[in-house]
Amino acid sequence: MVEFTLPKNSKPTKGKTYPAPSGATNVKRFDVYRFDPDSGANPRIDSYDVDLNTCGPMVLDALLKIKDEVDQTLALRRSCREGICGSCSMNIDGGNTLACLKPIEECKGAVKVYPLPHMPVIKDLVPDLTHVYAQYESIEPWMKNDTQPPSSGERLQSPEEREKLDGLWECILCFCCTTSCPSYWWNGDRYLGPAILLQAARWINDSRDEATGERLDNLEDPFRLYRCHTIMNCTNTCPKGLNPAKAIADIKMKMVERAG
Amino acid sequence: MFEAHNLRTPLGRARGLGSAKDGLHHWWIQRLTALALIPLTVWFVASIVGLVGGSYDDVRLWLKGPVNATVMVLFLGVALHHAHLGVQVVLEDYVASHGLRVASVIIVKFICYGLAALGIVSTLVVTFGA
Repeated sequence: MVEFTLPKNSKPTKGKTYPAPSGATNVKRFDVYRFDPDSGANPRIDSYDVDLNTCGPMVLDALLKIKDEVDQTLALRRSCREGICGSCSMNIDGGNTLACLKPIEECKGAVKVYPLPHMPVIKDLVPDLTHVYAQYESIEPWMKNDTQPPSSGERLQSPEEREKLDGLWECILCFCCTTSCPSYWWNGDRYLGPAILLQAARWINDSRDEATGERLDNLEDPFRLYRCHTIMNCTNTCPKGLNPAKAIADIKMKMVERAG
Repeated sequence: MFEAHNLRTPLGRARGLGSAKDGLHHWWIQRLTALALIPLTVWFVASIVGLVGGSYDDVRLWLKGPVNATVMVLFLGVALHHAHLGVQVVLEDYVASHGLRVASVIIVKFICYGLAALGIVSTLVVTFGA
């Protein structure tokens, strides 16, 4: 039945407060979710007061400043710091986004920083993405052809055919969309979620791929595809400005198209 | 999300039992019935509003018209078909246990088809009754 009670280790408690260095004039508070799987204790919300005059403009800058100068035990993923690697996706100020693209000044009051919602937490801001990665593998995100490539080497595509991949290839698999989707929260074991379905659409729409029908076969399922109820959280939250809801609607229309 | 101590590989779990190769029909009929319900519901509400204050005989006379009787049967059939498809989606969303989900979907289907049959037969009894 529906889970009305929260599982173990769900309720965060109030944690420690780390004051800003004396003399700081432009102080912003960061309330950060902390969870240590080894301690067995419930997660806690630690508060860090950061002097913005000595900090970069983005939330990731503040988190790295905290890790470098205040509390080395804070765990988070990050790599490129410019919105292309998708590592630092997390829930900031109530919405999923990339910490490196989220300006601190957009957050009113204390900046609340949590891991991506409804995923198992490995530590602090690091969610366990094993299952979404496996779901990605399950849609076979590579070119599938029976025809050998032409002797010239490249499989050609007209500019119009190539345009159909725009809005799909830009996805960086940060999973902000998937973890913002209530349908994925309730049925993520079987529902593929917006990020994976957008990737599926990327291959379904590729004029060079010859496995379109097989790909649609694998998606035609009450849970894998049809758990999408056009809630639109995915499109609202995408830090790259993509539209996974439209990609899913396109797949549904292709299902209708091939049926008659 | 998963049972503890599940030693299947992540890909094995993601693939699960494979695709049901089904779901389009349910989705399509849900939209088709929704579309049909727009004029049907407008007709139904307008008719009921028109009959407010009327006597039982007024309603019987109204339902004896072949067009009214036909549209009433359509409205009852389509509305309850749409209702059971919609409730099934809600149950599939929120009821995690497979056994409970299937049982509740069966009960909802029985109730909706029962209500539709009752409504249609009642309409016909009035339409063809003395």
